[in-house]
Amino acid sequence: MMGNIDPRIIAQATGDTLVMLGASLGLSVVLGLLLGLVLFTTSPGQLLAHRAINAVASFGVNVLRSLPFIILLIVMLPLTVVLAGTSLGVAGAIPPLVVGAAPFYARLVETALREVDRGVIEATQAMGGSTWQIVIRVLLPEALPGLVAGATVTAIALVGYTAMAGVVGAGGLGDLAIRFGYQRFQTDVMAVTVVMLLIIVQIFQWLGDRWVLQLSHR
Amino acid sequence: MTATAVQDEQEIIRLEQVSRRFKDGAGGRVALDTVDLSVGRGEIFGVVGRSGAGKSTLVRTINLLERPDAGRVIIAGQEIASLAPAQLRAVRRRIGMIFQHFNLLHNRTVHANVALPLQLEGHARAHIQARVAELLDQLGLSAHAAKYPAQLSGGQKQRVGIARALACSPQILLCDEATSALDPETTEDILTLLDRLNRELGLTIVLITHEMDVVRRICDRVAVMDHGFVVEAGAVSEVFLHPRSSETRALLREALPPSDAVVGAVRARAVFLGEDAFHPVLSRVARETGVDFAILSGRVGRLRHAAYGELEIAFFGAQAYAGIQALRQAGVAVEEMAA
Repeated sequence: MMGNIDPRIIAQATGDTLVMLGASLGLSVVLGLLLGLVLFTTSPGQLLAHRAINAVASFGVNVLRSLPFIILLIVMLPLTVVLAGTSLGVAGAIPPLVVGAAPFYARLVETALREVDRGVIEATQAMGGSTWQIVIRVLLPEALPGLVAGATVTAIALVGYTAMAGVVGAGGLGDLAIRFGYQRFQTDVMAVTVVMLLIIVQIFQWLGDRWVLQLSHR
Repeated sequence: MTATAVQDEQEIIRLEQVSRRFKDGAGGRVALDTVDLSVGRGEIFGVVGRSGAGKSTLVRTINLLERPDAGRVIIAGQEIASLAPAQLRAVRRRIGMIFQHFNLLHNRTVHANVALPLQLEGHARAHIQARVAELLDQLGLSAHAAKYPAQLSGGQKQRVGIARALACSPQILLCDEATSALDPETTEDILTLLDRLNRELGLTIVLITHEMDVVRRICDRVAVMDHGFVVEAGAVSEVFLHPRSSETRALLREALPPSDAVVGAVRARAVFLGEDAFHPVLSRVARETGVDFAILSGRVGRLRHAAYGELEIAFFGAQAYAGIQALRQAGVAVEEMAA
Protein backbone atom coordinates (compact mmCIF):
# COMPACT_ATOMS: atom_id res chain seq x y z
CA MET A 1 0.00 0.00 0.00
CA MET A 2 2.70 2.49 1.02
CA GLY A 3 5.37 0.76 -1.06
CA ASN A 4 6.41 3.84 -3.00
CA ILE A 5 7.01 6.06 0.01
CA ASP A 6 10.60 7.05 0.56
CA PRO A 7 10.81 9.10 3.75
CA ARG A 8 13.99 10.84 2.61
CA ILE A 9 12.36 12.06 -0.61
CA ILE A 10 9.29 13.24 1.28
CA ALA A 11 11.48 15.06 3.81
CA GLN A 12 13.54 16.64 1.03
CA ALA A 13 10.41 17.78 -0.80
CA THR A 14 8.85 19.16 2.39
CA GLY A 15 12.05 21.04 3.15
CA ASP A 16 12.13 22.50 -0.37
CA THR A 17 8.52 23.61 -0.06
CA LEU A 18 9.20 25.29 3.29
CA VAL A 19 12.28 27.09 1.92
CA MET A 20 10.31 28.33 -1.10
CA LEU A 21 7.49 29.40 1.21
CA GLY A 22 9.72 31.17 3.69
CA ALA A 23 11.77 33.05 1.13
CA SER A 24 8.85 34.04 -1.08
CA LEU A 25 6.66 34.96 1.89
CA GLY A 26 9.37 37.18 3.34
CA LEU A 27 9.96 38.99 0.06
CA SER A 28 6.24 39.21 -0.73
CA VAL A 29 5.47 40.75 2.67
CA VAL A 30 8.18 43.40 2.27
CA LEU A 31 7.24 44.29 -1.30
CA GLY A 32 3.51 43.98 -0.65
CA LEU A 33 3.79 46.24 2.37
CA LEU A 34 5.51 48.96 0.35
CA LEU A 35 3.10 48.61 -2.54
CA GLY A 36 0.12 48.54 -0.18
CA LEU A 37 1.34 51.70 1.53
CA VAL A 38 1.61 53.41 -1.84
CA LEU A 39 -1.90 52.24 -2.79
CA PHE A 40 -3.36 53.49 0.48
CA THR A 41 -1.51 56.76 1.07
CA THR A 42 -1.93 58.00 -2.51
CA SER A 43 -5.66 57.24 -2.65
CA PRO A 44 -8.03 60.24 -2.64
CA GLY A 45 -8.30 62.07 0.67
CA GLN A 46 -5.32 60.29 2.25
CA LEU A 47 -1.97 61.59 3.49
CA LEU A 48 -0.21 61.69 0.11
CA ALA A 49 -3.23 61.72 -2.20
CA HIS A 50 -1.94 61.57 -5.76
CA ARG A 51 -4.27 60.55 -8.55
CA ALA A 52 -1.63 59.53 -11.15
CA ILE A 53 0.61 57.48 -8.85
CA ASN A 54 -2.41 55.77 -7.36
CA ALA A 55 -3.81 54.91 -10.79
CA VAL A 56 -0.48 53.46 -12.01
CA ALA A 57 0.07 51.40 -8.85
CA SER A 58 -3.47 50.12 -8.87
CA PHE A 59 -3.31 49.21 -12.56
CA GLY A 60 0.01 47.39 -12.10
CA VAL A 61 -1.39 45.36 -9.22
CA ASN A 62 -4.50 44.50 -11.21
CA VAL A 63 -2.46 43.33 -14.20
CA LEU A 64 -0.36 40.98 -12.08
CA ARG A 65 -3.36 39.75 -10.15
CA SER A 66 -5.35 39.02 -13.29
CA LEU A 67 -2.75 36.53 -14.55
CA PRO A 68 -3.42 32.98 -13.41
CA PHE A 69 -0.33 31.85 -11.52
CA ILE A 70 0.36 28.97 -13.88
CA ILE A 71 0.54 31.46 -16.79
CA LEU A 72 2.68 33.88 -14.75
CA LEU A 73 5.17 31.08 -14.14
CA ILE A 74 5.67 30.63 -17.87
CA VAL A 75 5.50 34.29 -18.89
CA MET A 76 8.12 35.12 -16.29
CA LEU A 77 10.66 32.50 -17.34
CA PRO A 78 13.14 34.92 -19.00
CA LEU A 79 12.91 37.38 -16.12
CA THR A 80 13.32 34.54 -13.62
CA VAL A 81 16.56 33.50 -15.27
CA VAL A 82 17.84 37.07 -14.98
CA LEU A 83 16.79 37.42 -11.32
CA ALA A 84 17.65 33.97 -9.96
CA GLY A 85 20.22 32.73 -12.48
CA THR A 86 18.04 29.72 -13.22
CA SER A 87 14.44 28.92 -13.88
CA LEU A 88 14.71 25.56 -12.17
CA GLY A 89 14.67 24.33 -8.62
CA VAL A 90 13.87 26.24 -5.46
CA ALA A 91 15.73 29.39 -6.54
CA GLY A 92 13.93 29.47 -9.88
CA ALA A 93 10.56 29.27 -8.16
CA ILE A 94 11.03 32.26 -5.88
CA PRO A 95 10.76 35.16 -8.40
CA PRO A 96 7.40 34.05 -9.83
CA LEU A 97 6.10 33.24 -6.35
CA VAL A 98 6.94 36.75 -5.17
CA VAL A 99 5.54 38.41 -8.29
CA GLY A 100 2.38 36.39 -7.84
CA ALA A 101 1.96 36.95 -4.10
CA ALA A 102 3.22 40.51 -3.51
CA PRO A 103 0.38 42.26 -5.41
CA PHE A 104 -2.11 39.98 -3.63
CA TYR A 105 -0.66 40.95 -0.25
CA ALA A 106 -0.52 44.63 -1.31
CA ARG A 107 -4.33 44.65 -1.66
CA LEU A 108 -4.71 43.03 1.74
CA VAL A 109 -2.35 45.67 3.18
CA GLU A 110 -4.40 48.42 1.58
CA THR A 111 -7.58 47.02 3.13
CA ALA A 112 -5.94 46.67 6.56
CA LEU A 113 -4.71 50.29 6.43
CA ARG A 114 -8.19 51.50 5.50
CA GLU A 115 -9.46 49.94 8.71
CA VAL A 116 -7.31 52.31 10.77
CA ASP A 117 -9.49 54.95 12.40
CA ARG A 118 -9.17 58.23 10.48
CA GLY A 119 -9.57 60.11 13.73
CA VAL A 120 -6.37 58.57 15.05
CA ILE A 121 -4.47 59.81 12.00
CA GLU A 122 -6.02 63.24 12.42
CA ALA A 123 -5.09 63.29 16.10
CA THR A 124 -1.49 62.49 15.21
CA GLN A 125 -1.44 65.28 12.63
CA ALA A 126 -2.78 67.61 15.30
CA MET A 127 0.15 66.56 17.53
CA GLY A 128 2.55 67.75 14.84
CA GLY A 129 3.44 64.33 13.46
CA SER A 130 5.02 64.22 10.00
CA THR A 131 3.68 61.92 7.31
CA TRP A 132 6.58 59.54 7.84
CA GLN A 133 6.01 59.50 11.62
CA ILE A 134 2.31 58.84 11.09
CA VAL A 135 3.10 55.85 8.86
CA ILE A 136 5.73 54.35 11.18
CA ARG A 137 4.27 55.19 14.59
CA VAL A 138 0.54 55.03 13.95
CA LEU A 139 -0.61 53.58 10.64
CA LEU A 140 1.45 50.38 10.60
CA PRO A 141 1.20 49.57 14.33
CA GLU A 142 -2.55 50.20 14.39
CA ALA A 143 -3.02 48.03 11.29
CA LEU A 144 -0.68 45.30 12.56
CA PRO A 145 -3.32 42.66 13.38
CA GLY A 146 -4.80 43.10 9.89
CA LEU A 147 -1.34 43.00 8.31
CA VAL A 148 -0.53 39.73 10.08
CA ALA A 149 -3.89 38.22 9.16
CA GLY A 150 -3.23 39.22 5.54
CA ALA A 151 0.24 37.65 5.67
CA THR A 152 -1.36 34.42 6.91
CA VAL A 153 -3.78 34.38 3.98
CA THR A 154 -0.88 35.13 1.63
CA ALA A 155 1.23 32.31 3.13
CA ILE A 156 -1.56 29.84 2.50
CA ALA A 157 -2.05 31.07 -1.06
CA LEU A 158 1.70 30.60 -1.49
CA VAL A 159 1.44 26.96 -0.38
CA GLY A 160 -0.85 26.46 -3.36
CA TYR A 161 1.47 28.44 -5.64
CA THR A 162 4.54 26.37 -4.63
CA ALA A 163 2.66 23.22 -5.58
CA MET A 164 1.93 24.72 -9.01
CA ALA A 165 5.55 25.78 -9.34
CA GLY A 166 6.29 22.06 -9.29
CA VAL A 167 4.98 21.95 -12.86
CA VAL A 168 7.98 23.92 -14.11
CA GLY A 169 10.47 21.89 -12.14
CA ALA A 170 10.61 23.85 -8.93
CA GLY A 171 10.90 20.86 -6.65
CA GLY A 172 9.02 20.51 -3.40
CA LEU A 173 5.84 18.68 -2.52
CA GLY A 174 3.97 19.83 -5.63
CA ASP A 175 6.73 18.51 -7.83
CA LEU A 176 6.58 15.18 -5.99
CA ALA A 177 2.82 14.95 -6.38
CA ILE A 178 2.99 15.63 -10.10
CA ARG A 179 5.97 13.45 -11.01
CA PHE A 180 5.21 10.45 -8.80
CA GLY A 181 1.61 10.75 -7.74
CA TYR A 182 0.17 11.85 -11.08
CA GLN A 183 2.55 10.77 -13.83
CA ARG A 184 3.49 7.40 -12.28
CA PHE A 185 0.13 6.66 -10.70
CA GLN A 186 1.68 6.35 -7.22
CA THR A 187 -1.45 7.14 -5.27
CA ASP A 188 0.29 6.66 -1.94
CA VAL A 189 2.82 9.41 -2.74
CA MET A 190 -0.04 11.66 -3.80
CA ALA A 191 -1.83 11.02 -0.52
CA VAL A 192 1.24 11.75 1.58
CA THR A 193 2.00 15.03 -0.22
CA VAL A 194 -1.59 16.15 0.19
CA VAL A 195 -1.42 15.38 3.90
CA MET A 196 1.89 17.25 4.22
CA LEU A 197 0.45 20.31 2.44
CA LEU A 198 -2.62 20.17 4.67
CA ILE A 199 -0.44 20.08 7.78
CA ILE A 200 1.60 23.07 6.57
CA VAL A 201 -1.57 25.07 5.87
CA GLN A 202 -3.04 24.19 9.26
CA ILE A 203 0.14 25.21 11.09
CA PHE A 204 0.34 28.55 9.26
CA GLN A 205 -3.31 29.34 9.94
CA TRP A 206 -3.03 28.38 13.59
CA LEU A 207 0.11 30.43 14.13
CA GLY A 208 -1.35 33.39 12.23
CA ASP A 209 -4.60 33.35 14.21
CA ARG A 210 -2.78 33.12 17.51
CA TRP A 211 -0.50 36.00 16.60
CA VAL A 212 -3.39 38.21 15.48
CA LEU A 213 -5.22 37.51 18.72
CA GLN A 214 -2.15 38.49 20.68
CA LEU A 215 -1.67 41.73 18.73
CA SER A 216 -5.24 42.91 18.73
CA HIS A 217 -6.34 45.17 21.59
CA ARG A 218 -9.55 46.58 20.15
CA MET B 1 -9.02 96.76 8.98
CA THR B 2 -5.47 95.96 8.04
CA ALA B 3 -4.21 93.90 10.91
CA THR B 4 -0.51 93.43 11.41
CA ALA B 5 1.01 90.18 12.61
CA VAL B 6 1.86 91.85 15.90
CA GLN B 7 -1.20 91.46 18.06
CA ASP B 8 -2.40 92.43 21.44
CA GLU B 9 -0.45 90.56 24.12
CA GLN B 10 -3.69 89.28 25.56
CA GLU B 11 -4.80 87.70 22.32
CA ILE B 12 -3.60 84.18 21.51
CA ILE B 13 -5.86 83.10 18.65
CA ARG B 14 -7.14 85.37 15.93
CA LEU B 15 -9.11 84.39 12.85
CA GLU B 16 -9.61 87.08 10.23
CA GLN B 17 -12.20 86.74 7.50
CA VAL B 18 -11.74 82.98 7.37
CA SER B 19 -13.80 81.15 4.74
CA ARG B 20 -13.94 77.51 3.84
CA ARG B 21 -16.06 75.79 1.23
CA PHE B 22 -16.37 72.05 0.73
CA LYS B 23 -16.60 70.70 -2.77
CA ASP B 24 -19.60 68.45 -2.56
CA GLY B 25 -22.50 69.07 -4.87
CA ALA B 26 -23.00 71.98 -7.24
CA GLY B 27 -21.14 75.09 -6.08
CA GLY B 28 -19.99 73.39 -2.91
CA ARG B 29 -21.15 73.83 0.65
CA VAL B 30 -20.04 76.76 2.74
CA ALA B 31 -18.63 75.58 6.07
CA LEU B 32 -17.18 78.90 7.18
CA ASP B 33 -18.18 82.30 5.87
CA THR B 34 -15.86 85.26 6.59
CA VAL B 35 -15.45 84.31 10.22
CA ASP B 36 -13.66 86.70 12.58
CA LEU B 37 -12.74 85.40 15.98
CA SER B 38 -10.46 86.49 18.78
CA VAL B 39 -9.58 84.34 21.77
CA GLY B 40 -7.76 85.83 24.74
CA ARG B 41 -4.87 84.21 26.53
CA GLY B 42 -6.07 82.04 29.40
CA GLU B 43 -9.78 82.13 28.66
CA ILE B 44 -12.20 79.31 28.03
CA PHE B 45 -13.87 80.14 24.78
CA GLY B 46 -16.96 78.23 23.66
CA VAL B 47 -18.17 77.78 20.11
CA VAL B 48 -21.73 76.55 20.06
CA GLY B 49 -24.03 75.59 17.22
CA ARG B 50 -25.98 72.75 15.69
CA SER B 51 -24.31 69.99 13.72
CA GLY B 52 -23.39 71.34 10.32
CA ALA B 53 -23.08 74.90 11.59
CA GLY B 54 -19.36 74.84 10.83
CA LYS B 55 -17.97 74.71 14.36
CA SER B 56 -15.93 71.55 13.75
CA THR B 57 -14.39 73.14 10.66
CA LEU B 58 -13.74 76.27 12.69
CA VAL B 59 -11.80 74.49 15.41
CA ARG B 60 -9.82 72.56 12.78
CA THR B 61 -8.68 75.77 11.10
CA ILE B 62 -7.03 76.85 14.35
CA ASN B 63 -4.37 74.14 13.90
CA LEU B 64 -4.84 74.00 10.12
CA LEU B 65 -6.18 70.45 10.01
CA GLU B 66 -8.55 72.31 7.68
CA ARG B 67 -6.92 74.87 5.46
CA PRO B 68 -9.13 77.92 4.90
CA ASP B 69 -9.77 79.01 1.31
CA ALA B 70 -9.42 82.62 2.38
CA GLY B 71 -8.51 84.61 5.46
CA ARG B 72 -5.77 84.57 8.05
CA VAL B 73 -5.13 82.34 11.06
CA ILE B 74 -2.89 83.96 13.65
CA ILE B 75 -1.60 82.03 16.66
CA ALA B 76 0.34 84.00 19.28
CA GLY B 77 1.02 86.75 16.78
CA GLN B 78 2.19 84.41 14.04
CA GLU B 79 0.30 83.90 10.79
CA ILE B 80 0.42 80.11 10.37
CA ALA B 81 -1.13 79.40 6.97
CA SER B 82 2.06 80.50 5.21
CA LEU B 83 4.42 78.43 7.37
CA ALA B 84 6.60 75.66 5.95
CA PRO B 85 5.43 72.14 6.94
CA ALA B 86 8.11 71.70 9.62
CA GLN B 87 7.28 75.07 11.19
CA LEU B 88 3.58 74.28 11.14
CA ARG B 89 4.27 70.99 12.94
CA ALA B 90 6.17 72.93 15.61
CA VAL B 91 3.16 75.23 16.09
CA ARG B 92 0.82 72.22 16.27
CA ARG B 93 2.89 70.73 19.09
CA ARG B 94 1.98 73.80 21.16
CA ILE B 95 -1.73 73.24 20.48
CA GLY B 96 -3.28 70.21 22.15
CA MET B 97 -6.50 68.72 20.83
CA ILE B 98 -9.09 66.33 22.23
CA PHE B 99 -11.93 64.69 20.36
CA GLN B 100 -15.49 63.43 20.74
CA HIS B 101 -14.41 59.85 20.06
CA PHE B 102 -11.09 60.25 21.89
CA ASN B 103 -9.03 59.01 18.91
CA LEU B 104 -6.67 56.95 21.05
CA LEU B 105 -4.46 54.31 19.47
CA HIS B 106 -6.09 50.92 20.10
CA ASN B 107 -2.81 49.03 20.06
CA ARG B 108 -0.97 51.25 22.51
CA THR B 109 -1.35 51.19 26.25
CA VAL B 110 -2.48 54.27 28.15
CA HIS B 111 1.16 55.01 28.93
CA ALA B 112 2.24 54.61 25.31
CA ASN B 113 -0.67 56.74 24.07
CA VAL B 114 0.38 59.63 26.29
CA ALA B 115 4.01 59.10 25.22
CA LEU B 116 3.21 59.41 21.51
CA PRO B 117 3.41 63.21 21.13
CA LEU B 118 6.67 63.23 23.10
CA GLN B 119 8.09 60.55 20.80
CA LEU B 120 7.01 62.56 17.78
CA GLU B 121 8.83 65.56 19.22
CA GLY B 122 11.94 63.38 19.58
CA HIS B 123 12.52 63.40 23.34
CA ALA B 124 14.87 61.00 25.09
CA ARG B 125 13.32 57.86 26.55
CA ALA B 126 14.04 58.83 30.15
CA HIS B 127 12.41 62.24 29.74
CA ILE B 128 9.35 60.62 28.13
CA GLN B 129 8.99 58.10 30.97
CA ALA B 130 9.18 60.83 33.59
CA ARG B 131 6.80 63.20 31.82
CA VAL B 132 4.20 60.49 31.14
CA ALA B 133 4.31 59.33 34.76
CA GLU B 134 3.80 62.93 35.87
CA LEU B 135 0.83 63.44 33.52
CA LEU B 136 -0.84 60.16 34.48
CA ASP B 137 -0.47 61.09 38.12
CA GLN B 138 -1.86 64.58 37.52
CA LEU B 139 -4.93 63.16 35.80
CA GLY B 140 -5.51 60.25 38.16
CA LEU B 141 -4.64 57.62 35.57
CA SER B 142 -1.58 56.02 37.15
CA ALA B 143 -3.45 52.81 37.99
CA HIS B 144 -4.43 52.40 34.32
CA ALA B 145 -1.01 52.97 32.76
CA ALA B 146 -0.64 49.43 31.42
CA LYS B 147 -4.23 49.08 30.18
CA TYR B 148 -5.37 49.39 26.59
CA PRO B 149 -8.06 51.95 25.63
CA ALA B 150 -10.62 49.17 25.06
CA GLN B 151 -10.40 48.38 28.79
CA LEU B 152 -11.33 51.92 29.87
CA SER B 153 -14.61 53.77 30.38
CA GLY B 154 -15.48 56.79 28.23
CA GLY B 155 -14.49 59.25 30.93
CA GLN B 156 -11.15 57.52 31.46
CA LYS B 157 -10.50 57.51 27.71
CA GLN B 158 -11.10 61.25 27.55
CA ARG B 159 -8.74 61.73 30.48
CA VAL B 160 -6.10 59.83 28.52
CA GLY B 161 -6.90 62.08 25.56
CA ILE B 162 -6.37 65.12 27.77
CA ALA B 163 -3.12 63.74 29.20
CA ARG B 164 -1.89 63.13 25.66
CA ALA B 165 -2.93 66.62 24.56
CA LEU B 166 -1.05 68.17 27.49
CA ALA B 167 2.12 66.11 27.03
CA CYS B 168 4.03 68.77 25.11
CA SER B 169 2.89 71.54 27.50
CA PRO B 170 0.68 73.37 25.01
CA GLN B 171 -0.60 76.90 25.48
CA ILE B 172 -3.88 76.09 23.78
CA LEU B 173 -6.24 73.14 24.12
CA LEU B 174 -8.83 72.56 21.40
CA CYS B 175 -11.83 70.45 22.42
CA ASP B 176 -13.95 69.08 19.59
CA GLU B 177 -17.24 67.97 21.18
CA ALA B 178 -15.09 66.47 23.92
CA THR B 179 -18.01 65.61 26.19
CA SER B 180 -20.66 64.76 23.61
CA ALA B 181 -20.08 61.01 23.83
CA LEU B 182 -20.16 60.99 27.64
CA ASP B 183 -22.96 60.60 30.15
CA PRO B 184 -23.98 63.69 32.21
CA GLU B 185 -22.00 62.71 35.29
CA THR B 186 -18.81 62.03 33.32
CA THR B 187 -19.36 65.23 31.34
CA GLU B 188 -19.44 67.15 34.62
CA ASP B 189 -16.27 65.39 35.70
CA ILE B 190 -14.41 66.28 32.49
CA LEU B 191 -15.64 69.89 32.55
CA THR B 192 -14.43 70.26 36.13
CA LEU B 193 -11.08 68.92 35.01
CA LEU B 194 -10.87 71.39 32.09
CA ASP B 195 -11.79 74.21 34.43
CA ARG B 196 -9.02 73.15 36.80
CA LEU B 197 -6.42 72.90 34.01
CA ASN B 198 -7.41 76.37 32.83
CA ARG B 199 -6.89 77.83 36.29
CA GLU B 200 -3.76 75.89 37.24
CA LEU B 201 -1.88 75.97 33.94
CA GLY B 202 -3.27 79.17 32.45
CA LEU B 203 -4.29 76.99 29.52
CA THR B 204 -6.37 78.69 26.84
CA ILE B 205 -9.26 76.38 25.93
CA VAL B 206 -11.40 76.53 22.81
CA LEU B 207 -14.36 74.28 23.25
CA ILE B 208 -16.76 73.22 20.51
CA THR B 209 -20.14 71.94 21.60
CA HIS B 210 -23.78 71.72 20.61
CA GLU B 211 -24.84 71.92 24.25
CA MET B 212 -25.59 75.31 25.78
CA ASP B 213 -25.19 73.71 29.20
CA VAL B 214 -21.51 73.05 28.56
CA VAL B 215 -21.01 76.68 27.58
CA ARG B 216 -22.92 77.88 30.62
CA ARG B 217 -20.94 75.66 32.93
CA ILE B 218 -17.35 76.60 32.08
CA CYS B 219 -16.95 79.16 29.30
CA ASP B 220 -15.93 82.78 29.78
CA ARG B 221 -16.93 83.84 26.31
CA VAL B 222 -18.92 82.19 23.55
CA ALA B 223 -19.45 82.43 19.82
CA VAL B 224 -22.70 81.13 18.36
CA MET B 225 -22.49 79.65 14.87
CA ASP B 226 -25.17 79.09 12.28
CA HIS B 227 -24.68 78.06 8.65
CA GLY B 228 -20.99 78.95 8.62
CA PHE B 229 -21.47 82.37 10.19
CA VAL B 230 -20.65 83.55 13.68
CA VAL B 231 -24.03 85.10 14.46
CA GLU B 232 -23.20 86.27 17.95
CA ALA B 233 -20.17 86.43 20.22
CA GLY B 234 -19.55 87.82 23.66
CA ALA B 235 -19.30 87.12 27.38
CA VAL B 236 -21.38 84.09 28.36
CA SER B 237 -23.43 86.03 30.93
CA GLU B 238 -24.24 88.66 28.30
CA VAL B 239 -25.23 86.15 25.65
CA PHE B 240 -27.37 84.17 28.09
CA LEU B 241 -29.04 87.28 29.47
CA HIS B 242 -29.54 89.21 26.27
CA PRO B 243 -29.38 86.87 23.29
CA ARG B 244 -29.45 88.95 20.12
CA SER B 245 -29.75 86.34 17.39
CA SER B 246 -32.68 84.05 16.80
CA GLU B 247 -30.31 81.08 16.65
CA THR B 248 -29.00 81.83 20.14
CA ARG B 249 -32.56 82.14 21.46
CA ALA B 250 -33.48 78.84 19.88
CA LEU B 251 -30.44 77.10 21.36
CA LEU B 252 -31.20 78.55 24.81
CA ARG B 253 -34.80 77.46 24.62
CA GLU B 254 -33.80 73.94 23.65
CA ALA B 255 -31.51 73.79 26.65
CA LEU B 256 -34.57 74.09 28.90
CA PRO B 257 -36.67 71.01 29.53
CA PRO B 258 -39.62 70.95 27.11
CA SER B 259 -42.92 72.32 28.35
CA ASP B 260 -46.42 72.19 26.87
CA ALA B 261 -48.07 75.27 25.46
CA VAL B 262 -50.34 77.07 27.90
CA VAL B 263 -53.55 78.54 26.55
CA GLY B 264 -54.30 82.16 27.37
CA ALA B 265 -50.95 82.94 28.90
CA VAL B 266 -47.90 85.00 27.99
CA ARG B 267 -44.86 82.78 28.05
CA ALA B 268 -41.49 84.24 28.87
CA ARG B 269 -37.96 83.13 29.63
CA ALA B 270 -36.45 84.84 32.63
CA VAL B 271 -32.77 84.75 33.53
CA PHE B 272 -31.52 85.58 37.00
CA LEU B 273 -27.83 86.27 37.36
CA GLY B 274 -25.57 86.69 40.36
CA GLU B 275 -27.24 87.56 43.65
CA ASP B 276 -30.63 87.92 41.91
CA ALA B 277 -30.73 84.18 41.57
CA PHE B 278 -31.21 83.89 45.31
CA HIS B 279 -33.65 86.78 45.90
CA PRO B 280 -37.40 86.21 46.06
CA VAL B 281 -37.97 88.49 43.05
CA LEU B 282 -40.83 86.54 41.52
CA SER B 283 -42.99 86.38 44.61
CA ARG B 284 -42.44 90.08 45.29
CA VAL B 285 -43.44 91.01 41.72
CA ALA B 286 -46.51 88.81 41.96
CA ARG B 287 -47.53 90.47 45.21
CA GLU B 288 -46.99 94.01 43.92
CA THR B 289 -48.62 93.66 40.50
CA GLY B 290 -51.15 90.99 41.32
CA VAL B 291 -50.09 88.90 38.33
CA ASP B 292 -50.70 85.18 38.35
CA PHE B 293 -47.93 83.01 37.10
CA ALA B 294 -46.92 79.42 36.72
CA ILE B 295 -43.41 78.11 36.36
CA LEU B 296 -43.34 75.79 33.36
CA SER B 297 -39.76 74.70 33.60
CA GLY B 298 -36.51 75.94 34.94
CA ARG B 299 -33.13 75.34 36.39
CA VAL B 300 -30.77 76.84 38.85
CA GLY B 301 -27.07 76.44 38.39
CA ARG B 302 -23.89 78.29 37.89
CA LEU B 303 -22.24 80.15 35.11
CA ARG B 304 -18.49 79.87 35.33
CA HIS B 305 -18.23 82.89 37.61
CA ALA B 306 -21.75 83.58 38.84
CA ALA B 307 -24.91 82.03 40.16
CA TYR B 308 -27.50 81.56 37.50
CA GLY B 309 -31.18 80.73 37.33
CA GLU B 310 -33.34 80.32 34.28
CA LEU B 311 -37.13 79.92 34.31
CA GLU B 312 -39.79 79.52 31.73
CA ILE B 313 -42.84 81.26 33.15
CA ALA B 314 -46.45 81.59 32.03
CA PHE B 315 -48.08 84.87 33.10
CA PHE B 316 -51.87 84.92 33.23
CA GLY B 317 -54.50 87.60 33.02
CA ALA B 318 -54.57 91.34 32.43
CA GLN B 319 -51.54 91.95 34.62
CA ALA B 320 -49.29 89.67 32.55
CA TYR B 321 -47.32 92.46 30.89
CA ALA B 322 -47.18 94.49 34.07
CA GLY B 323 -45.56 91.50 35.73
CA ILE B 324 -42.96 91.19 33.00
CA GLN B 325 -42.28 94.91 33.21
CA ALA B 326 -41.80 94.73 36.98
CA LEU B 327 -39.41 91.80 36.63
CA ARG B 328 -37.33 93.76 34.13
CA GLN B 329 -37.24 96.72 36.49
CA ALA B 330 -35.95 94.39 39.17
CA GLY B 331 -33.01 93.65 36.87
CA VAL B 332 -34.11 90.28 35.59
CA ALA B 333 -33.64 89.61 31.88
CA VAL B 334 -37.04 88.61 30.53
CA GLU B 335 -37.68 87.58 27.01
CA GLU B 336 -41.15 86.91 25.69
CA MET B 337 -41.50 83.62 23.86
CA ALA B 338 -43.76 82.74 20.96
CA ALA B 339 -46.78 80.91 22.34
